[in-house]
Amino acid sequence: MSSPCLFCVEGVSFAYTGPLVLDDIHLALSPGKFYGIVGPNGCGKTTFLDLLTGCKKPLTGSITFQEKPLPTYNKRDLARRLALVPQEFDIGFGFTVEEIVLMGRHPHIDRFSSPAEKDWQAVDRAMATIGIEELRDRYTNTLSGGQKQRVVVARALAQDTPVLLFDEATSSLDVKYTLQIFNLARKLVREEGRTIIAVIHNLNLAAAYCDYLIFMKDGRLQQHGPTSETMTATTIAEVFDVQTQVAIDPYNQAHQVSFQYFE
Amino acid sequence: MLRHSNKKFFLLTLLLAACTVLTIIVSTGMGYMAIGPENIFRVIGAHLLGNEALVDGLEKTVPYVVMDVRLPRILTAALVGAGLAMSGVIYQGILLNPLADPYTLGISSGAAFGASLALLANITLFGHFSTPLFAFVGAILTLLTVMRLSTFNGLISAQTLILSGVIVGAILSAGISFLKYLADEQVAIIIFWLMGSFASSTWKGVALVGCAVLFGAAVTLFFGRDLNIMSLGRRSSDSLGVETARVRKILLLTASLVTAVCVAVTGIIGFIGLIVPHLMRYLVGPDNRRLLPASAFAGAILLLLADTLTRAVLPVEVPIGVLTALIGGPFFCVIFRQKQKGRSYE
Repeated sequence: MSSPCLFCVEGVSFAYTGPLVLDDIHLALSPGKFYGIVGPNGCGKTTFLDLLTGCKKPLTGSITFQEKPLPTYNKRDLARRLALVPQEFDIGFGFTVEEIVLMGRHPHIDRFSSPAEKDWQAVDRAMATIGIEELRDRYTNTLSGGQKQRVVVARALAQDTPVLLFDEATSSLDVKYTLQIFNLARKLVREEGRTIIAVIHNLNLAAAYCDYLIFMKDGRLQQHGPTSETMTATTIAEVFDVQTQVAIDPYNQAHQVSFQYFE
Repeated sequence: MLRHSNKKFFLLTLLLAACTVLTIIVSTGMGYMAIGPENIFRVIGAHLLGNEALVDGLEKTVPYVVMDVRLPRILTAALVGAGLAMSGVIYQGILLNPLADPYTLGISSGAAFGASLALLANITLFGHFSTPLFAFVGAILTLLTVMRLSTFNGLISAQTLILSGVIVGAILSAGISFLKYLADEQVAIIIFWLMGSFASSTWKGVALVGCAVLFGAAVTLFFGRDLNIMSLGRRSSDSLGVETARVRKILLLTASLVTAVCVAVTGIIGFIGLIVPHLMRYLVGPDNRRLLPASAFAGAILLLLADTLTRAVLPVEVPIGVLTALIGGPFFCVIFRQKQKGRSYE
C-alpha cells in the first residue's frame, strides 16, 4: 500500500480464557477509506474493533496507529482521533439526549471548563445532521431502540474525529435511517477525507458503500481487498457457507448479492 | 452539561446548605436544657473570636453544654450523614446499580470487623486513631479482596463486584459474631458501637470525619464528569476518553476511605447512603457534579434530624443505626417496588 498507514496490525492474536478469538491478524488500513468488516456471528469482529480502540490489549503482536504504537496514546488523545459507535447502549441513570450527545465533546473540554460555544455548536450540528433535534430534552430511557442508536451516532459525530468505528451501528434501524447513516458515512469519507471502519451484517450494504472489505472467519482474516475484487460468490460461500450470485444491479449500479433461498 | 436549569440547581444547593446550618442551630438548642439561638451564637462567637465578654450573663453550664456536649455530637452526625450519602453516590455511579451502597460491597462489614478487633483486643497503640485505623485497614482489605474476586482478564464487572461484596460481607458478619462470642464480658461495648451511636463524639472525631468528607468531595468533583460518562458502560466511556479502570479504582478507594472513617467514628449506620442519593436524583437529575453536593447536604440534614429525634425527642435513646434502619427499611421497599415497575428516574 502506497499511502501512509493509519492502522498497522501485525501478527495480532487475542483470547479471553480459552481458545484464540483472533489468530495472527496482519492488516494495514490507510486513511480516507470506507472499510467494511464482514463475517459470521462470533468470528471476532467486535473483539477486533475493541483492539483497534485500545479497549482490549492484544495477546501477541502489535498495533500501530498513526505511526505510533497504540498503547502510547492516553485515552483522551485517542478519543480525539477515534470515535466508536457501539452496538449496545447502556445507560444506568436517565440523562437527556442532549447531555448524551454533549458527552461526545468530553475529550475536547478541559477538566474544569464548561462546554464552550464551539462545543454546543458541534452538538447542535450533530443532532441536526442525524435529525434528532426534537428529541433534545427527552430522557434516553424513554427512547426506542432505533432512536437510541441514532443518539449514539450523533454523539460520535459530535466527537468530531478523523476516524469512526461502527459496530453494527444500524442493526436496529429501519431502512430509511439505515440508508441515512450509510449516506452520511459515505459523505464523511468522500468530502471530508475521514476514515470509517464498520462491522456490517448486511452484505448488500457492505457491497454498495464500502471501498474495501475484510472477510473474517473463526478469528482469522479469510480475505481482504477492494470491494469489487473480494465480494464474490466464492468468498461468500467460503465465509458464510451460503449460495449466492453477485452482479452489478442495474437499478442501483452497485455490486449486489442475491441469495439462494430455498433448498 | 450545564446549559439548562443552572439557576435552579444553585438555588437548591444554597437552600440545602442553609437548611443544614439551620438544622445544626436548632438541634443545638434542643435537649434536656433548652438554649435559645442567640445564646448559641454568643457561645460560638466567644470561642471563634476568643472574646469571653460575649458569654457574660449566661449560666456557667451553657458554654460547656454547647461546645463540649452538643456541638461535637451534632457536627459528627451531620458530617457522617454527608459522608455516607457521598459514598452512596460514588458506589451507585460506579456500579451502575441504584441499590448499591457501602453494604453491598461489604465495605461497612470490613470496617466494622477491623474496628471490633481493635475494640476487643483493646488496642490503644495509636491513641484515639486506633479504631479508625483498624476500620480503614479492614475496609481497604475488604475492598481489595472484593475487587480481586471480581476481576477476570484484568476487567472488573459491575455485577460480579456486587456478588463478591455480598459473599465477603456475609463471611465478615460471621466473623463479627465470632468476635462478639469471644468478647464475653466486653460484648456490650462492641454491640453498642455496632448499632451506631453519636453519644461519645469528640472534637477529634469531628476533625477526622470532616477531613475525610472534604477530601472525598474534592476527589469526586474532580472526576465528576468522568463518572457521568462511565454510566454509559466501559466500552463507550473508554472510547470517549475516560481512563475508566483508573478512575473506578480511585473513586472506589476514596468512597471506602470515607465509609471506613464514618463507621469507625460512629458504628454501622445504614440506609443513608442508599436513600439520599435516590431522593436527590429526583430533584437534580443524574449529573454527579450536582448530585454530590445535594446528597451531601441532604445526608447531613437527614442523619442530624434522626439523631436529634433519638437524643432530644424520644423518651429513651434508641441507637441511631436502629432508628435509620427502622425508618429507611420501609422506604427502601417502596423504592424497590417502583424500580421493579420501571417508574424510577423518568
